Amino acid sequence: MNYFPDEVLEHVFDFVTSHRDRNSLSQVCKSWYRIESSSRQKVFIGNCYAISPERVIERFPGLKSITLKGKPHFADFNLVPNDWGGFVYPWIEAFARNRVGLEELQLKRMVVSDESLELLSRCFPNFKSLVLVSCEGFTTDGLAAIAANCRFLRELDLQENEVEDHRGHWLGCFPDSCTSLTSLNFACLKGDINLGVLERLVARSPNLRSLRLNRAVPLDTLQKILMQSPQLLDLGVGSYVNDPDSEIYSKLVTAIQKCESVRSLSGFLDVAPHCLPAFHSICPNLTSLNLSYAPGIHGSELTKLIHHCRKLQRLWILDCIGDKGLEVVASTCKDLQELRVFPSDPYVGNAAVTEEGLVAISSGCPKLNSILYFCQQMTNAALITVAKNCPNFTRFRLCILDPTKPDAVTMQPLDEGFGAIVHSCRGLRRLSLSGLLTDQVFLYIGMYAEQLEMLSIAFAGDSDKGMQYVLNGCKKLRKLEIMDCPFGNGALLMDVGKYETMRSLWMSSCEVTLGGCKTLAKLMPRLNVEIMNENELADFSADHTPKVNKMYLYRTLVGRRKDAPEYVCTL
Amino acid sequence: MEGVVTYENDLNLKATELRLGLPGTERNQEQAVSCARNNKRPLPETGDQNGGAKAKSDAPNTPPAPKAHTVGWPPIRSYRKNSLQQPKQTAAESSVMYVKVSMDGAPYLRKIDLKVYQGYPELLKALENMFKFTIGEYSEREGYKGSEYAPTYEDKDGDWMLVGDVPWEMFMSSCKRLRIMKGSEARGLGCGV
Repeated sequence: MNYFPDEVLEHVFDFVTSHRDRNSLSQVCKSWYRIESSSRQKVFIGNCYAISPERVIERFPGLKSITLKGKPHFADFNLVPNDWGGFVYPWIEAFARNRVGLEELQLKRMVVSDESLELLSRCFPNFKSLVLVSCEGFTTDGLAAIAANCRFLRELDLQENEVEDHRGHWLGCFPDSCTSLTSLNFACLKGDINLGVLERLVARSPNLRSLRLNRAVPLDTLQKILMQSPQLLDLGVGSYVNDPDSEIYSKLVTAIQKCESVRSLSGFLDVAPHCLPAFHSICPNLTSLNLSYAPGIHGSELTKLIHHCRKLQRLWILDCIGDKGLEVVASTCKDLQELRVFPSDPYVGNAAVTEEGLVAISSGCPKLNSILYFCQQMTNAALITVAKNCPNFTRFRLCILDPTKPDAVTMQPLDEGFGAIVHSCRGLRRLSLSGLLTDQVFLYIGMYAEQLEMLSIAFAGDSDKGMQYVLNGCKKLRKLEIMDCPFGNGALLMDVGKYETMRSLWMSSCEVTLGGCKTLAKLMPRLNVEIMNENELADFSADHTPKVNKMYLYRTLVGRRKDAPEYVCTL
Repeated sequence: MEGVVTYENDLNLKATELRLGLPGTERNQEQAVSCARNNKRPLPETGDQNGGAKAKSDAPNTPPAPKAHTVGWPPIRSYRKNSLQQPKQTAAESSVMYVKVSMDGAPYLRKIDLKVYQGYPELLKALENMFKFTIGEYSEREGYKGSEYAPTYEDKDGDWMLVGDVPWEMFMSSCKRLRIMKGSEARGLGCGV
């Protein structure tokens, strides 16, 4: 098999970058496994409890860049209690102990303490990039350590984290010698920062390409920053409140006009919409626009802005855009690929868009392949039309705010509509369902969704058959998450081997019982079957009828985890 | 429908089920007790029972469908939910907008919250009540005809404008204070120029 010396194979493998492809390479034969493992620099761990840091280091001694994901996806929606797990400290500590030459760390849904950040900042002299998405557990003190100690830091990207803000001084911890920043995103920080420090930092960062500011950065600072960095590709505006007649505003207009490279715009966390026309000059260049945190932009100001964005490929917006606004998007943004429409008032449970907006988008934007749509109502007819117009969906997530609402016109379940989606979109990889749904929709999914990897279900189905159709039919399924469905042990235990082909299964408020989970755990030793009981007394010696509140199971090579809190029991 | 028998059994279970909250109250917002079936099933059947009337989830004899208060629903990241709840800080979005109101000849000024009013008629009525006077009929050509008084406001440029010329929203965003002019001064404003 080995006609080439190792170095040649290694060189060839260098061109293979996706971790899935590299995983495939490593399975060809023993020597390819050896060469691939020793040369892999970038590692992706989808579940931090599936493997231990020591084993990762052992297999990939050349490790430089790692992505780790912690909590289950439904933790985003408050279904997982605090301190469930997902701590990054043991990983950083293991990397430090083994002298891994870590340069990049990307974490999602993990608990990151200030100690972890301090350790990270001190032990890896070549550390360049930190990306934290939906993480928690740290304060600005941890950020101060990163700023102060990572001499070659290029990227500090904080996306939607819960950060305890100790007000401002962390930004000043970047030494004067730090000129290497290419990306700085602190939009999720709630506290004030020292504006002068920020301006000076930007001024000495000639390679800065991406900058996302938080609410504490006012318009006049923005103007000064933009004058310093006309080379920006990605801009997140912080606070945008000013008088359109003022001198600062006209300076801003001039500054913005110089930013010819900006392709991505976001933020506007506080906004006076009549100042938006300042951005009209860069709108024609935009490929990505995220106004989903700007409830102050709506109505005619919003449509005026969108009218200028003819090259948009990605749009994240609030539902106050309305169906009419979506029609404007449909007629303007012909290159649109990804659309997300979020509810502006999730508590009241009224969304301002309906099936009409979705249909309009589908007929105006044939390149659409990814959608997340929170809406008031839906119909089968609309979904069937959307399926016909857009066969290229890879991600389709529909959330009707009233989760068991039937077809708004016929009052039928939405089985046929979603059936049309999976039938038409042969490349569908991710699907989220809502509305009134019976077992029938799962029959369709099992039959047609051949590429489906992730499925999210809530308040749907009639019997075990629903879940069985999915487990049987979707050969590529990796993540299945279910809440409030009538699926029980019959479905859970139908094909226990299936779960080793998947990353994880989440079931909460279903019909699964403790006995069923115990049986599964016994049959499949390489799964961790975790039960969460926060409210009921943990009486596991009782008979097997109690239903399980929350179950999370995942395949793992390292057995039960040692950091589980009291209310989590691994069977 | 094959589900009917089971549905009736579920109703019985539901009656004896231990739940949070007083008997007879609707499904509590608290825990994800497995009432999923109870919440879903009734919709098509209730429609039949009502003789074909459109079954809505808030029909009186239907258990309420899980709404926005169910834990985990709607599936929006808590970070996003929390940020939408932020107190809106821009002047345009704040919930009160007090301006001073002076009346020619009155010993002291008053203050009113413009946000309380939906439009000019309400505002003018409130001013009439506050200062015990009558404002005339508004017309674009002649201003407020039939009275000694004219309601005016100072705009962002410092000019005194007649109330009622511009759309209400525009007035709200540019009004800094109000003054009810009286007598010859008032009549001067009302005349077309």
